[in-house]
Amino acid sequence: MNETRKPRVATVSLAGCFGCHMAILDIDERLVGLMQAVEFDRSPLTDLKTFTRRCDIGIIEGGCCNEENVHVLQDFRRNCDVLIALGQCAIMGGLPAMRNAIMQSDAPLRECLEEAYITGAYIRNTTHQIPNDPALPLLLDRVYPCSEVVEIDYQIPGCAPGGDIIFETLSSILAGRFHGFSRDSFKFD
Amino acid sequence: MDVDPSSERNDSDEPTLRIAAICAAYGNDRHRMLDILRDVQEGFRWVSPRSLETVAACTGLSRVQVEGVASFYSFLSLTPKGRITIRLCDDIVDRFAGLAAVAAAFEAELGIRMGETSADGSFSLDYTPCIGMCDQAPAAMINDVVVTRLTPERAASIGSALRAGRLPLEIAVPGHAGLSPAERAAAMVENNIRHAGPVLLGPVPSDAGLRQALELTPTAIIDAIEASGLRGCGGAGFSTGRKWRAAASEPAERRFVFCNADEGEPGTFKDRVLLTERADLMIEGMTIAARAVGAREGLIYLRGEYAYLRDHLEAVLESRRAGGRLGRRIHGIEGFDFDVRLQLGAGAYVCGEEGALISSCEGLPGEPKTRPPYPVNRGYLGFPTLVNNVETFCHAARILGRGADWFRAMGTDRSHGTKLFSVSGDCLNPGVYELAYGLTLAELLTLVGGEDAAAVQVGGPSGTMVDRANFHRRLSFDDLATGGAIIVFSARRNILEIVDYYMSFFVHESCGYCTPCRVGNVFLHKAIGKFRAGLANPEDIDYLRDLSQTIIETSRCGLGMTSPNPILTTLQNFPLVYSALVKSSPDRVRASFDVQSAIEGARRIARRRSTIFDEDYT
Repeated sequence: MNETRKPRVATVSLAGCFGCHMAILDIDERLVGLMQAVEFDRSPLTDLKTFTRRCDIGIIEGGCCNEENVHVLQDFRRNCDVLIALGQCAIMGGLPAMRNAIMQSDAPLRECLEEAYITGAYIRNTTHQIPNDPALPLLLDRVYPCSEVVEIDYQIPGCAPGGDIIFETLSSILAGRFHGFSRDSFKFD
Repeated sequence: MDVDPSSERNDSDEPTLRIAAICAAYGNDRHRMLDILRDVQEGFRWVSPRSLETVAACTGLSRVQVEGVASFYSFLSLTPKGRITIRLCDDIVDRFAGLAAVAAAFEAELGIRMGETSADGSFSLDYTPCIGMCDQAPAAMINDVVVTRLTPERAASIGSALRAGRLPLEIAVPGHAGLSPAERAAAMVENNIRHAGPVLLGPVPSDAGLRQALELTPTAIIDAIEASGLRGCGGAGFSTGRKWRAAASEPAERRFVFCNADEGEPGTFKDRVLLTERADLMIEGMTIAARAVGAREGLIYLRGEYAYLRDHLEAVLESRRAGGRLGRRIHGIEGFDFDVRLQLGAGAYVCGEEGALISSCEGLPGEPKTRPPYPVNRGYLGFPTLVNNVETFCHAARILGRGADWFRAMGTDRSHGTKLFSVSGDCLNPGVYELAYGLTLAELLTLVGGEDAAAVQVGGPSGTMVDRANFHRRLSFDDLATGGAIIVFSARRNILEIVDYYMSFFVHESCGYCTPCRVGNVFLHKAIGKFRAGLANPEDIDYLRDLSQTIIETSRCGLGMTSPNPILTTLQNFPLVYSALVKSSPDRVRASFDVQSAIEGARRIARRRSTIFDEDYT
């Protein structure tokens, strides 16, 4: 590695709500220092849709609910040295994985789509069709956590993780001194 | 609830009255809940919501308390079962011996599938975990009757005889009417004693131990047991003398001596043989223990699968009572009173754990108790309770008869005497072997005709899976400890299929009280499924180890503390089985994730191909 160059960071939101990206902004004024320490490559923050160069760190929000998520996640794995799963959706599938609970059906995916677009009590869909534009990525049979699709190096739990924990974890990973969270890092009610 | 028989009755009251009569027969005692519910199940073929209410009213409990018990035991059913319930033993040994074809034959003959009950209420077909017949697999229970060495042809003929209205006992033991209970049991199930040792299965003089014990003070009896080096034969190997001393030294008004005849560890059937052949010796041992600890009340907890031995054991108890060897003034000694009651279980592996066994006898769900206090301090109904295995009591009686030194001279330094081994699986001579502790596994395999074994499960699923390189290890508490189960597997067997089965067994038998065992075993079982499907990643091996350790360290009783053993011992002794199935990928993209199968459903619904993953897409 060139000693003078800044570490390059890429981020992406897959099947998530963008809340984890918002949480990154909760780093608040420390963000200024972080921006000076690293260089953002592919990310919604830079609006770069492809990698310009290989990155040191990839931050993933959300799990995989469709083929495009898989494709992007695999692309991140191949272009980043370290992958961090940020938040519950990336780690466990999170809220989108609620559809995995449709298990008693012979065709769970069809049942899910029909309830979402046709039969659901609060649906106002004048076409009465399941959207099927060729540009729409195909859904997966269920929602997968990122670790089932690619190897994940670190996980930062939370929904969304707090700004402090994101900042501290990122800083220590960048400094090469991250050895897991301490016992009292997380407290859940 | 008004259950006065003199009140005006109509047809719908009749079941209620019958159930009230059942409860009354047990003194409306809530501690006899298991007996009450067993009788209700037998009389009505299920425990209906209405029965639950009646039983609750009669015993002064709430409906949910009764339901908690009824739903715990697999032989009690909250939905109607057939008048004839056929339970096929679903042990791994039975599976390898052709269980699937036998099940299919029963299904075809009876017109129902496994797990179903016929529409007219005649038949139910079910699977049940090991019923202790691995030496004559495949086997099944037809109500309380056991049939063994099943073939598809025999299954079909049994099915058609049952449909013709013949009774299960007639089918299993033709001409049973002229036989004594002992002869009936022996005719129903072979005992396959392959090697009789000097202590248990050789010639045994009647009551020699008890007569000797009556010459001694209680303390001297315990001293003799302790000096013999006898250790519990149920698997844990605790010093029997120390256990007796602890029960004797606890100040109490009542004490109990319980015999644990609930051998449920898959592959174990040595107690079945002792119960059939040495019931007198076992009760003699209990009587000696009663003398030693000062107990007047005893109980034999017989696993529900061995209900076919009930009449035989009752007959032995009765003959001992008639001969003045049980009951009041035993052997004419004023003040030495001890009697034994037979308690049947209802299909729950965990009840072999002594705390769970006591819970079960108290009419509760068979859940282990928090230790301490230990049962010897506060057990059944809060009184000191000595719980020993069938084999342990038999040994104790022989030790008193022949002397502690005689027993101590056999075996090894820390494992004295002989042990019964139940051998089954891929060997020429499955059956029971009484051998001194300390022989090597290779020596045992030569005896049983299993020299070409590729793997041996020592001690059942909660024990150790041993590979060929370790056949020099010795069967003793210092090396390979075992409650007696030895299951031999040839090179044709799939190790992971065996592990998969054992984990499903523990998932089924976990009592559900503590989370590590209830949930952890499900996760372990799923992870093994991933390996078998070729979907495992390299770190899944670490996951198996970590999760196993968590379950062992945090479970409440011995079940969870040993349930990961099938995985841990095969990881140690058969590492290549696992590593061969693991998929790793150089670019760190999971080879185990198959995007094509993941999008197949959506492709069909959308009636189009993938713009990303279908390479020929244009």
